[in-house]
Amino acid sequence: MTVAIHIENLTRRFNGLIAVDTISFDIEAGEIFGLLGPNGAGKTTTLSMLSTMLKPTSGSATVNGIDIERDEDGVRKSIGIVFQDQSLDEELTAWENMDFHGRLYRIPADTRKQRISELLRLVELEDRQHDIVKTFSGGMRRRLEIARGLLHHPTVLFLDEPTLGLDPQTRNHLWQYIATLAKEKGITIILTTHYMEEADRLCNRIAIIDHGKIIALDTPQNLKDGIGGDVVTIRSPDPAAIIRVLAEPWITRVEQHNDDVIVSLQNAEQHISTIVTLLNTNQVPIESIAIHKPTLEDVFLSFTGKTIREEEADNKANMRMYQKMVRH
Amino acid sequence: MDIVYTIWLRNMKRYLRSKSRIVGSIAMPLFFLLFLGVGLNSVIQLPGLGESYIVFLIPGMVAMSVLFTSVFSGIQIIWDKQFGFLKETLVAPVSRLEIMSGQTFGGATTAVFQGALILILSVLVGFPLSNPVGFLIALAFMILIGISFTAFGIAIASRMEDMTGFQLIMNFVVFPIFGLSGALFPISSLPAWMIPLTLLDPLTYGVEGIRYGLTGVSQINPLVCGAVIGGFTLVMTILGAFLFRKIRI
Repeated sequence: MTVAIHIENLTRRFNGLIAVDTISFDIEAGEIFGLLGPNGAGKTTTLSMLSTMLKPTSGSATVNGIDIERDEDGVRKSIGIVFQDQSLDEELTAWENMDFHGRLYRIPADTRKQRISELLRLVELEDRQHDIVKTFSGGMRRRLEIARGLLHHPTVLFLDEPTLGLDPQTRNHLWQYIATLAKEKGITIILTTHYMEEADRLCNRIAIIDHGKIIALDTPQNLKDGIGGDVVTIRSPDPAAIIRVLAEPWITRVEQHNDDVIVSLQNAEQHISTIVTLLNTNQVPIESIAIHKPTLEDVFLSFTGKTIREEEADNKANMRMYQKMVRH
Repeated sequence: MDIVYTIWLRNMKRYLRSKSRIVGSIAMPLFFLLFLGVGLNSVIQLPGLGESYIVFLIPGMVAMSVLFTSVFSGIQIIWDKQFGFLKETLVAPVSRLEIMSGQTFGGATTAVFQGALILILSVLVGFPLSNPVGFLIALAFMILIGISFTAFGIAIASRMEDMTGFQLIMNFVVFPIFGLSGALFPISSLPAWMIPLTLLDPLTYGVEGIRYGLTGVSQINPLVCGAVIGGFTLVMTILGAFLFRKIRI
């Protein structure tokens, strides 16, 4: 496997706040790689550095073998990027937005025209190509941005929160596009997301990032297998008692999270009656009990002790505190 | 050069599509012409400066049109910043100087076009424009005002976070530049303390240059006008390019 992106001890500080903290990993050519983490974890900062929009404080990285600091234009020519926030000119038509991009990347006129038609067909916007972007829906804009990002035939495509703010149906649709793209064009796709489901469905490998650090990196399956089987969530007024009672060899792990106790074990369906019996004999009250297959949410929880949503709330609080500090 | 053209082309497309902007920005100089020109025409005597006040005023209004349109075009970069489009341009493998130049020429073109519209409207209602060389001289001054003040707008926009400061800039920077320029009154009739201020205003030389081209009369030697506004254009372009290079998004 060839390496598309090589990252070594990459770090970025903003006035003392560490946004990205000495991360190192490789992304292989042709894979869909996900950076999964709550808002404010450092995903966009990482992407900004890899796309040469932001200089690293320390550390280094190469994209397609090109150093991000030594040859910015070299990197820029070989990557495509779809930003988190929209970056289309709303006053221009879809075609004109594409054409502008093609000219900026100095694609010769004939090739440019041909590729624009081809890509607009791919993202199913050909019948709207001469409409002003202002009239487009969120999903159409995203599709147009993805098509635009591919116009100069990049070998690496960055997608920063590609489905943020889209309705579930459009999101599903977009996932199909991205998967098809990776397969048909053979390009490496790096996407950031804070949607667990998105990372799970799309990515070959996932790096979970929190507080600027990579806390886990593997295939979604391996990450979920790492939990140690199925997940049983038990709610009870006495969580400590559950942890005491369930200290059994066939249980991989028991952890308390808020009012819930989270139990990991293999073949939960077969053991659920034993668990209930055990708790009943020991007179531990049960409010509710649920079994599910492990998700990336469970993985995140097991690594950080928090759900991604709780972590986001924390990050927001930190951000507010930080802004206050800066202001005063 | 192809990149400069690309950015210029985008500016033209946007400009030609925004009918309200075209109409909106010729309205103010037109109203000035109407109210001040017609209103004061019979009251004001201009010794040795052409025949009437309205003829004196028209070159000033052309300059005003170019000034406001160009500053506005430059400041438009903030919109591109806010609506995200600037990112698309900045992440492309092109130099900031190319982007800045394209934006400057785009802004200058629209500004000159707006100025020309005022001139055409003036000719239609009887402004005497018979000297083609004079017209070319006026056009050259319009282009210089257009380039310098678009670059000026870009320089300001590069230092601004959002549009909140826009009104402030317009009222406290652009309007005084216009007011002091002698677009509305002859410099020689000003009180002595005000004349140096007027002579410090770069637009004064632009207005006088256009006036020389269109009416054949000016209070400042047209060569001096050309040198000052030319120098100002150079300084503004360098400043704009320098600040734009440091723009953060």
